[in-house]
Amino acid sequence: MKGKRLFKVWMSPALFLAPALLLIAVFFFIPVVVSFLMSFTDFDIYSLADSSNARFVGLENYKNLLSDPLFWKAMHNTLYFVFIGVPLSLFVSLGTALLLNSKLIRFMSLFRLAYFLPVVTTLVAVAVVWRYIYHPSFGLVNYLLSLIGVSGVDWLGNPNWAMPALILMAVWKNFGYNMIIFIAGLQNIPPELYESAQIDGAGRWQELLHITIPMLMPTTIFVSIITIIGYFQLFAEPYVMTQGGPMNATLSIVLLMYQEGFRWWRMGYSAALAFVLFLILFAATLIQLHLQKRFSTV
Amino acid sequence: MRNIHPWKLVCTLVLSFILMQMSTSCRKSSSTKVITLDFWAFGAEGDNVRKFVTGFEAENPGVRVLVQNIPWTAAHEKLLTAYAGNSMPDICQLGNTWIPEFVALNALEGLDRSIDSSNMISSESYFPGIWETNRIEGNLYGIPWYVDTRVLFYRSDLLRKIGWDSPPETWEQMLEISKRLIESGYTKYGVFLPLNEWVVPTVLGMQQGSAILKDDACYGAFSDESFLRGLEIYQHFFQDGLAPKGMTEVNNVYQGFQENTFALYISGPWNIGEMMSRLPAQMQDAWDTAPLPALRSEDYPGLSLAGGSSLVIFRSSQHKDLSWRWIEYLSRPDVQSEFYSQTGDLPARLESWAALGLSEKKPTAAFYHQLESVKNTPQVPEWEQIAMKLQQYLEYVVFEKWTSEKAMELLDQDVNKILEKRRWLKSRD
Repeated sequence: MKGKRLFKVWMSPALFLAPALLLIAVFFFIPVVVSFLMSFTDFDIYSLADSSNARFVGLENYKNLLSDPLFWKAMHNTLYFVFIGVPLSLFVSLGTALLLNSKLIRFMSLFRLAYFLPVVTTLVAVAVVWRYIYHPSFGLVNYLLSLIGVSGVDWLGNPNWAMPALILMAVWKNFGYNMIIFIAGLQNIPPELYESAQIDGAGRWQELLHITIPMLMPTTIFVSIITIIGYFQLFAEPYVMTQGGPMNATLSIVLLMYQEGFRWWRMGYSAALAFVLFLILFAATLIQLHLQKRFSTV
Repeated sequence: MRNIHPWKLVCTLVLSFILMQMSTSCRKSSSTKVITLDFWAFGAEGDNVRKFVTGFEAENPGVRVLVQNIPWTAAHEKLLTAYAGNSMPDICQLGNTWIPEFVALNALEGLDRSIDSSNMISSESYFPGIWETNRIEGNLYGIPWYVDTRVLFYRSDLLRKIGWDSPPETWEQMLEISKRLIESGYTKYGVFLPLNEWVVPTVLGMQQGSAILKDDACYGAFSDESFLRGLEIYQHFFQDGLAPKGMTEVNNVYQGFQENTFALYISGPWNIGEMMSRLPAQMQDAWDTAPLPALRSEDYPGLSLAGGSSLVIFRSSQHKDLSWRWIEYLSRPDVQSEFYSQTGDLPARLESWAALGLSEKKPTAAFYHQLESVKNTPQVPEWEQIAMKLQQYLEYVVFEKWTSEKAMELLDQDVNKILEKRRWLKSRD
């Protein structure tokens, strides 16, 4: 009889969870398992015609990946984007959050809305506008540069400048989101801390260094994990703006994965790429979680 | 009797009315039987082909042609995913270098029987080199729609200044002209050979007799004698400073061409329109086109690549006969001529070249002569991947990271790796 009771207890939650679990299984777990298995095969265009043309190749895809200069190029580009873009994005969003949180500022909600607007705008629309902004002869950026006597560059056509141009656009597009989280973090800092610091004679700068920044640490770590994960998955910006060019200067790991998978239909290779990216992200997250634990116990 | 709620009554009535409407409309469409042909076309062709639908529909009552326009940059992905998802169109425009790939997928309908019974389409009305790109292992899979090849664009005014009244007929002359132009200070460089293009070295290799791939296209032949000889000529342009090495030196081709950065440029028909619209009016007499140089002047014009797009029918189509009729319609000489005036795409039909006088007047005449001497790239599905690899290694050669022999040996290793699957499939047959 106990089994029957247990069944009754589990019956309703299981039924309620079933639709969600089914969806996750069909659209998440099964594809992940299949692509993991696929990363050990040479599934390609021939296999698309007839799946018996696919062979089990063991770790061959991973080995080829590591000896593929294009993979290293994409890795280099992605790391460039992450290591320049993430700190820049954190810096800008923290700066604007501090400004907006200041009591001196008026129309705070208006500014907050304005800075958040790019986050909710469709990337493709944004990219089209930024393509005009970066246009070598009619673009806004080069026009502004010409006003101060600097001759402009072909931002998206020059291998050295294409990535900085994408970083600038990505930071502009995304900093509003982090800014909102930082504002929430700032508003959670108890005002008594500032009051007692002021009684002790601390200046604005000391307040920032000794109260605001330490108190924001958990928020900062959370924001940086989210941002790093997001920035590693750089795809839409180069896909829409440059298609990975010029000379692969903006080819990211995810864009390479997309091109290998859907342009050349080398699904096995592309799946291996996906799992390498997964491992990198997993490692990055572990490191940050470790850091978070250390800072939260202090 | 039970009380029926008035709302229930209203809902039932509305629902039954809708259902009735639906069933009558169904019956209507099944009695007149409107057949829809799905036609996918890319870029500018997709935009312009819509204008021809009405003419075809007028001749074929009950048939509708649904044109879907796909941007070129997404076309290949879109076609492959459509194949994987089993939702192919009836007819499609296909770049003729893509045909081998879709034949490998067994996705294309063979057209030999359609040709035999057609009085509109036969191989004699087409450039033989272009026609051949549609024939894979003896079977025909596509009908050329418009054609494309690479020719030489050159500044005739500058060439005249250094005593050349006609374009170069050999690569030797091309080198000579480049040198003279730079020495006399007319231009900074002679030729512009974009480093992100594999076409020129491939053409040079083919002119030297290289098959590009060997042993039934199962191995790369880039490190073979003939390809290396072609590559040597290509290298000369860079070693002697006759062509700019950096991509950044020529940001804008049209500006560079106009401002004497270079005077010779190998490119395709799309640049006819671009040159006409981007160069100022007083410069329109200063440029011209010519077929590609050859190794010896008696071989002039030298071989170039067969390009362009074909029309294909997918095997999954339910309306193959009607699809063929649409292809025939688009292949009519008058439709082809009209299509040329809309898009600037060079017509595939020889009758249209004659009717429009394209084979006589410049700048298209050079294309006419060139198209009589074109060849296709190796017909393997892996070709685009191989071409990308070639491009990558060319950069190493130009920047002298490796000698050409060493670079091509490494390229062959990579190519052989790509072709490994092909060899395995062949060995299984």
